[in-house]
Amino acid sequence: MPPLRRLTSLSCTISRLHRLPLLQAAAAGVRPSSSSASSDQSADTITVETSVPFLSHKCEPPSRVVKTTADELLGFFRDMARMRRMELAADALYKAKLVRGFCHLYDGQEAVGVGVEAAITRRDAVITAYRDHCVFLARGGTLVEVFAELMGRRAGCAKGKGGSMHLYKKANGFYGGHGIVGAQVPLGCGLAFAQKYLKEGTVTFTIYGDGAANQGQLFEAFNIAALWDLPVILVCENNHYGMGTAEWRASKNPAYYKRGDYVPGLKVDGMDALAVKQACSFAKEHALRTGPIILEMDTYRYHGHSMSDPGSTYRTRDEISGVRQERDPVERIRKLVLSHEIASAAQLKEIEKEVRKEVDEAITQAKESPMPDPSELFTNVFVDGCGSEVNYFMTQIIFPSIESFQTTADFMARPSESIGKK
Amino acid sequence: MTNGAKPTSIFPGQRSAAQGYSSGTASIVIGLRRAPPNQRSSSLPPSPAFPFLFLFFFFWRPRPGKDVGTREAGVGQLASVGKDEKGNMLGGPLRRILPEISRLPKGYSTVGKEMTVREALNSALDEEMSADPKVFLMGEEVGEYQGAYKITKGLLEKYGPERVLDTPITEAGFTGIGVGAAYYGLHPVVEFMTFNFSMQNESRVIGTLILFSAAASVLGATVSVGCLFDEFKPAKLGKGAGSMEFDLGIVAIDHIINSAAKMNYMSAGNISVPIVFRGPNGAAAGVSSQHSQCYAAWYAHVPGLKVLSPYSSEDARGLLKAAIRDPDPVVFLENEILYGQSFPVSDEVLDSSFCLPIGKAKIEREGKDVTITAFSKMVDYALQAAEVLSKEGISAEVINLRSLRPLDRRTINASVRKTNRLVSVEEGFPQHGVGAEICTSVIEESFEYLDAPVERIAGADVPMPYAANLERLAVPQVDNIVNAVKRACYRSVPMAAAA
Repeated sequence: MPPLRRLTSLSCTISRLHRLPLLQAAAAGVRPSSSSASSDQSADTITVETSVPFLSHKCEPPSRVVKTTADELLGFFRDMARMRRMELAADALYKAKLVRGFCHLYDGQEAVGVGVEAAITRRDAVITAYRDHCVFLARGGTLVEVFAELMGRRAGCAKGKGGSMHLYKKANGFYGGHGIVGAQVPLGCGLAFAQKYLKEGTVTFTIYGDGAANQGQLFEAFNIAALWDLPVILVCENNHYGMGTAEWRASKNPAYYKRGDYVPGLKVDGMDALAVKQACSFAKEHALRTGPIILEMDTYRYHGHSMSDPGSTYRTRDEISGVRQERDPVERIRKLVLSHEIASAAQLKEIEKEVRKEVDEAITQAKESPMPDPSELFTNVFVDGCGSEVNYFMTQIIFPSIESFQTTADFMARPSESIGKK
Repeated sequence: MTNGAKPTSIFPGQRSAAQGYSSGTASIVIGLRRAPPNQRSSSLPPSPAFPFLFLFFFFWRPRPGKDVGTREAGVGQLASVGKDEKGNMLGGPLRRILPEISRLPKGYSTVGKEMTVREALNSALDEEMSADPKVFLMGEEVGEYQGAYKITKGLLEKYGPERVLDTPITEAGFTGIGVGAAYYGLHPVVEFMTFNFSMQNESRVIGTLILFSAAASVLGATVSVGCLFDEFKPAKLGKGAGSMEFDLGIVAIDHIINSAAKMNYMSAGNISVPIVFRGPNGAAAGVSSQHSQCYAAWYAHVPGLKVLSPYSSEDARGLLKAAIRDPDPVVFLENEILYGQSFPVSDEVLDSSFCLPIGKAKIEREGKDVTITAFSKMVDYALQAAEVLSKEGISAEVINLRSLRPLDRRTINASVRKTNRLVSVEEGFPQHGVGAEICTSVIEESFEYLDAPVERIAGADVPMPYAANLERLAVPQVDNIVNAVKRACYRSVPMAAAA
């Protein structure tokens, strides 16, 4: 029997006080770990030093020493393993032609997704660009919703009408999912504006990439955010390639954490989930107290820009495998867990197997979901009313299930379109 | 009589008083835009004759033939635009400007039954902001400046800087911020506007100053009147740039289309965008090609947007209120020249719960021979054309579209089925325009009822020229509408029968 199992049975007899850390971890948005965790060990805080120090611009960097718990680490491991598995499965689905159009994969960047989530609550808002599958998952989206949306099925989070780049979950504070490069930055500043307007005491994390970092609208948004002290944290996921263009070819100044000029910035090792969490906690507090701050996450994506990009024409395979060997975020957490004896290698493998099973089941469920009903073509254009203009005659030819107009008298008698509401 | 907006000071805008004046009669030329500070000559002390002459012209005015300030007079003056540019630059507008200033400034009152479009918009914004704390305004110069066209006058004082926000000149940035705020659940009203020339109310002040200062110089007194107030712009003068209005909207159009219009659909209803984008649209006078385009067709093309274009004060009030209350993104296309125009309003319109339905057109004038559709300023021209035509025995029905998306196809088709002829009028470019859509709608739904091909009147298919005569040729005039109606009426033999 592995030593941890004995400890577990022991802890069960210990008073309920030891369960508190689990609850605290849950409240912080971190999933409580699986049953193989030892609950009395999870009461201890583990301190870890980040691999590299934070670089700062116009602010004092946070400490390199990060406090975490066993539960949190196991939670990170499970969440990142799930994200990794999901993205690889999406790759396979795309190649099997079940996913069409765009598919931008996040594997390699998982630490940013879990690190941001670990520092915030569901009342805070997160908005990102098109590489959004894992951030959606981190915000409480389910695997079925992601896979069904990718495959354009009814069970998708947007009923199959959005696709890979348009995953949303407003109730959990996730605002997408945007296809236009850089557009999400002013939108995110707008979310922060609304949070400040309504005096909610919450923040918005706006995620963009190194490719978007040169967009003019970003600087317009920085200006207004700094002028009006908006509680926005601008997270630049610098994976060093804007599609196929390396950062040194695209940016005169690739120190993205400094590009805000008057906006303070931090450069963070984006492959270290704990460093990301530390920076995000620091940034949230800064945003609420002062105003906007930029966090540049030094991260990497293993896949190409999208499924149509092999990812090897503008970088070497050695580079990719080098990062995978030395900086992989999941491996880092695995090493931490093993070195602090939170779980054994076999248990971690077990977690990975469970995650794989979860993903496979989700895919099966998503595949069973049907395509949206043809009538869905015309829904949701407006919140109320029809919204589609020139289609009454088309609908009666192609979709007889929709209210059709047989005669001109019927047409003239149809209910009028959207009326301004009181 | 016109209910003028209550002036907060005799000089438009607090900034101008602080900035001081500059001397020289050259600066008195109407329409001269304010020079940047380093180019202005140093100010001289005012002459002693200044206050006396000012008071003289303040109370006396030359009487024009018509009762200025009524809608009829406004219509007449619009009709005279561009007709005779020789000598009309100075004489016409001044005649119109002066009478307004000669009355003592009145407090704003709803006892009178007339309201300018500007007042209508201002009151609509005021009431909606008061009714719903989530409504806020954002745009260039909407706050301290009191609005580049004074549409948002007084709102900063009433609601504070948290709800009336002056933005930098960064349309893409602040439009995105507005859309993001709407995602979260607020109700932003984003104004598109770039630079600042006055609307017609304040220009009458300048007109007075110009007149008496000219008199003062005749008397040999030194004049130190500056005409370099930013907001100065007498209506319909060739010089002086107006706003970029919705021309600046196209800088931000990505957010309007991709972030606002499409969001409810691609999130399958998860995130709605209750935002209003408003501002002047279409041609002013003499502002040339980059500042004269009508964007009605651009925005009405996109599913997910509602596009409204008011004509009268009733339209302005009712549609803006409806737009602000609407849960979908609304593009609200106003018209700069209509801002100062006064219209009669009923008590119902003045009520704070007044609201017009989106997607319903209004039949401004009933008729039986031909249907003329128009929106915004062109409704005015269409009504004038109908008047001209009625004297020739043609009874024209004028439809004020009010809503371009959704388009009120039912009203248009019902009217065409009654009259059997259609002329559509718009200010914008003809190709793929609003008239093209109306024509197709009628052909699709009421083809058998047409006795003549649909006539389409639109702006010339060229970028707007600057020269006054070319500009007049590039914009539809009343004559064009009259001619089109006649073509539609006298061509009563179906084309096929000729074969």
